[in-house]
Amino acid sequence: MKYSGLIWSALYRKPIRSVLTLLSIFVAFLLFGLLQSVSFAFSQGANFSGVNRLIVSPKYSIIDSIPLNYTNQIRGIPGIEKIAHQQWFGGIFRDNRSFFPRWAVSKDYLEIYTEFMLPQDQLDAFLTTRTGAVVGRSIAEQYQLKIGDKIPIIPDIWPNKDNGPWEFDLVGIFDAKKDSVGDGIMFINYVFFEEYSLFGEGGAGNIIVQISDPDAAARIASEIDTMFANSSDETKTTSEKVYNQMFAKQMGDIGFIMTSILSAVFFTILLLTGNTMAQAVRERIPELAILKTIGFSNLSMLFIVLAESVFISLLGGLPGLGVARMMMPGLGESVSFLSGLEMTPEIFIQGVTLALLLGIIVGLPSAIRAMRLNIVDALRDS
Amino acid sequence: MADKLIQISAVSKVYTRGKMEIPVLDKLSIGIDSGEFLALMGPSGSGKTTLLNLIGGLDYPTSGTITIGGERIDQMSQGQLAHWRSRNVGFVFQFYNLLPVLTAQKNVELPLLLTNLSRGERKQRAATALEVVGLADRAGHRPRELSGGQEQRVAIARALVSDPRLLVCDEPTGDLDRTTADEILELLQLLNSEYSKTIVMVTHDPKAADHAGQCLHLDKGRLLEETMA
Repeated sequence: MKYSGLIWSALYRKPIRSVLTLLSIFVAFLLFGLLQSVSFAFSQGANFSGVNRLIVSPKYSIIDSIPLNYTNQIRGIPGIEKIAHQQWFGGIFRDNRSFFPRWAVSKDYLEIYTEFMLPQDQLDAFLTTRTGAVVGRSIAEQYQLKIGDKIPIIPDIWPNKDNGPWEFDLVGIFDAKKDSVGDGIMFINYVFFEEYSLFGEGGAGNIIVQISDPDAAARIASEIDTMFANSSDETKTTSEKVYNQMFAKQMGDIGFIMTSILSAVFFTILLLTGNTMAQAVRERIPELAILKTIGFSNLSMLFIVLAESVFISLLGGLPGLGVARMMMPGLGESVSFLSGLEMTPEIFIQGVTLALLLGIIVGLPSAIRAMRLNIVDALRDS
Repeated sequence: MADKLIQISAVSKVYTRGKMEIPVLDKLSIGIDSGEFLALMGPSGSGKTTLLNLIGGLDYPTSGTITIGGERIDQMSQGQLAHWRSRNVGFVFQFYNLLPVLTAQKNVELPLLLTNLSRGERKQRAATALEVVGLADRAGHRPRELSGGQEQRVAIARALVSDPRLLVCDEPTGDLDRTTADEILELLQLLNSEYSKTIVMVTHDPKAADHAGQCLHLDKGRLLEETMA
């Protein structure tokens, strides 16, 4: 492109200012890449939820329990294939920073959640070992756990009958299928949990229902909730996707927080970069007037200034996105519940589009000013 | 009249500042032959730079006609005028107006970006123009690494590079010492005599005007007298 030298040379006019501008854009897009990927990781569970699974929860609060004998009644509804139940176990492993989700699950749970792949002998061990526990491979690797290890968990919600730490035997390490919620989870045996827990016997946090026809989900959900309407433990049955989104919202409206932070960062960058660009154009009015004098058309001027702005935006933005992408594996390893963290091609494309838009929005006022520049006035003022 | 390269007929120019109208040129008519070296002199505010801007196609007259090389430039659109300038006019200013981030070579190449020449051809032509002004050895230097006289030579090379018929020079020696100014004026004379460039130069300096073939004096937007240098 003929004008590339002219556009590139603009960076050398005020090198320190150029470097600082590029750095600010770099940081903005680094943040964009990281935050969007984290936000995506949080929503991933919802997005990859099984379409043939319904989650039955207590109607009024997820800290309530559902009587386990509901499963017998639910099983009678036509269209239901399998039923399992789960209870959020929580607890503290080693320290508060070593957080990953821990669930007590019934024996048939892993038959429904086939995305968690466990070798048959380890599955058998999990089903037959009272104190058995299985963890995802990322957890095992991060905390250097191996089969046969004892896993002590200090209770926070569920004290045991000895009022001491829970101790589980690691009997299996599973892998999660690609495009699933990830493997940053630990499952413990529900039978042991129920027996040894100081309270909570006969109840579960959720009942998971596998249905044969996803199109029947609304009917079955309605039948379940109607079945227990006006009882002391009313239910709310939703698709797994809706349930996961509700669960994520407990940790704050991640999407809202991400969007708010991003908006604030971008608005600030937009103002700073816009101001810098406008200042750069003001300083160069005599030069722009010379370009017009020697025959550059109004459209050429618009193009040159706009291209310069977009070039700066991409020059700062693309490395920011690139570095964010490179940071993903390390970030995923250091924060176990983000083990599946990655920058998807969609996020990268969003970032590039945003960099282009930033360049256009920031450069447009200056470009229009350059286009409308009156040569005689500009030469006289210079 | 038909033989004139530049024919200015009853040209008036009025600037409007708010509600105030400021007449600068008043029904001025001038004919300039091809290959002429004309100096425009006059006190500040006499309208000489305004006239130069009109001749260079940088501004439009309020009334009257300007015909250059048979083309009515007062009737052209801004886009047409920009294209016309790129083909027909070279500009030289008092303060050189070079782009500080570009080398002398790249500054001279600027007008050629508007042509279809290849990168190599642009480079070759710019090198030739720099050779004409005696600065071939300074092609890689940036303006701040050059003296005032050298910067003005680069500006002249930039004005020359697209081989225009007409050079318009606004106080080309106004920022230079006497010796350097004389060198620049001799260069302009050379371009006029050897390369047949028509030159219109605004100057306050009578010694500069002495280098021109003809000198016109303006006062309050009117032509006062015509002298032969």
